[in-house]
Amino acid sequence: MTEEQIKKKVLQCLSRIAPEADLAALEPDVSFRDQIDLDSMDFLNFVIGVSEAMGFDIPEADYPRLSSLDACIAYLKCRSLESAA
Amino acid sequence: MPSLGADMEAGTLVEWLVKPGDRVKRGDIIAVVETEKGAIEVEVFDSGVVKSLLIPSGTRVPVGTVLALLDTGEQAPLAAEEARPKEGAPAPPESVKTTPAPPPAPPAAAATPPAPPGRLRVSPLARKLAGELGVDLTQVEGTGPGGAISREDVERTAHSAREIPPTPATPRAETPADRFAAMRRAIAAAMSRSKREIPHYYLETFIDMRPALAWLEAENARRSVTERVLYAALLLRAVALAVRQVPEMNGFWRDGAFHPSEAVHVGVAISLRQGGLVAPAIHDTDRKSLDEVMRELRDLVGRARAGKFRSSEVSDPTITVTNLGEQGVEGVFGIIYPPQVALVGFGKITERPWAVDGMLAVRPILTATLAADHRASDGHRGGLFLTAINRLLQEPKKL
Repeated sequence: MTEEQIKKKVLQCLSRIAPEADLAALEPDVSFRDQIDLDSMDFLNFVIGVSEAMGFDIPEADYPRLSSLDACIAYLKCRSLESAA
Repeated sequence: MPSLGADMEAGTLVEWLVKPGDRVKRGDIIAVVETEKGAIEVEVFDSGVVKSLLIPSGTRVPVGTVLALLDTGEQAPLAAEEARPKEGAPAPPESVKTTPAPPPAPPAAAATPPAPPGRLRVSPLARKLAGELGVDLTQVEGTGPGGAISREDVERTAHSAREIPPTPATPRAETPADRFAAMRRAIAAAMSRSKREIPHYYLETFIDMRPALAWLEAENARRSVTERVLYAALLLRAVALAVRQVPEMNGFWRDGAFHPSEAVHVGVAISLRQGGLVAPAIHDTDRKSLDEVMRELRDLVGRARAGKFRSSEVSDPTITVTNLGEQGVEGVFGIIYPPQVALVGFGKITERPWAVDGMLAVRPILTATLAADHRASDGHRGGLFLTAINRLLQEPKKL
């Protein structure tokens, strides 16, 4: 899966959780929680959405690696390569 | 029109989901009502056959107004005057009453082709718009997938209806700003009433959350992402079980006396994305497992933010919990939501120096507060209640 494809999936998940957020203006290297009003329930739903979209489970210990758009793409690309191997 | 909160005086019947002759069973959703806090799905509290719908879609009526007649087979006659609004009377949860079998008067909207069986497929936006414009959704031809009704369908129907004015509907052309202002007014009215009428007292305690968080971390590590539990669910369970030990915190102040509730329906304060908040209940929180409470909490938050409650959830919390920890707040000194008599506040979990067995340690500490009604309890009982919550959180696997 390409980075662009992963980015699209991540943004789709975010838009479902925070439909009011302007995702086009999202700073990729800044924490989601500093830019979007996300609480822990929103974040859990985001992780569930990303897991379903990517087809693998994301352990709770890895949540910090999903803190920003750049971090998400890097982590999910790595996990998707591991899954494919 | 059921009372869906102490601050509610009237509501708009947006849409009927049943028609005369339909058989309904207890718990079925039969209508959608619009209040200052959003669209609420009205459940029926008896089983039977819908005899007639008394209030057309799009009509705003006071709390207590009979909306429909239901034949439960018990043949309890209903006097005509009972079908009038009851000003100021506490509304029963039922939105329908029984009646002998007069020929069912079809609602004005059903005079043309009957609605298809089952629920209409309507987007939330279309449903809200229909309420604002007074459009009967059974009269809208859906052009979306599977006949789903979209916003455009509602607008088209509203436009054509202007040529033939509808009879009873009261169109409302509120902007989002109007609706936000109405919600703020409703919250302000309820909170002013609370501060005016309830002699609040406040207590605070600090809870070492290390056992709870360590247990939760180990538990979640074994679970798939969809089965994980947030610590907010542990707090709800702890409050629900503590209430059983100190029942003075659980119930209602009505007619000059405290009425304890046998059921424990913990209300959860949920902030809405467009502003404002709601506090729907998780029913029988004390009888449910932690996993069940977590599932219901997730469902409730999702529906709250989509503006889709059920009437029973908003009408009967017996105590409310508000958790502002994620907003960085350490202590919450809340205002009791009448006619309830207590509100528990949780703040942010922060690492603090903490003495353990004579040694200084760093522990994750949660500030828990209680706002309680002095008419129903005193500080002694309130203190026991907070202590019970603390004790329960030290043994999380029992939650």
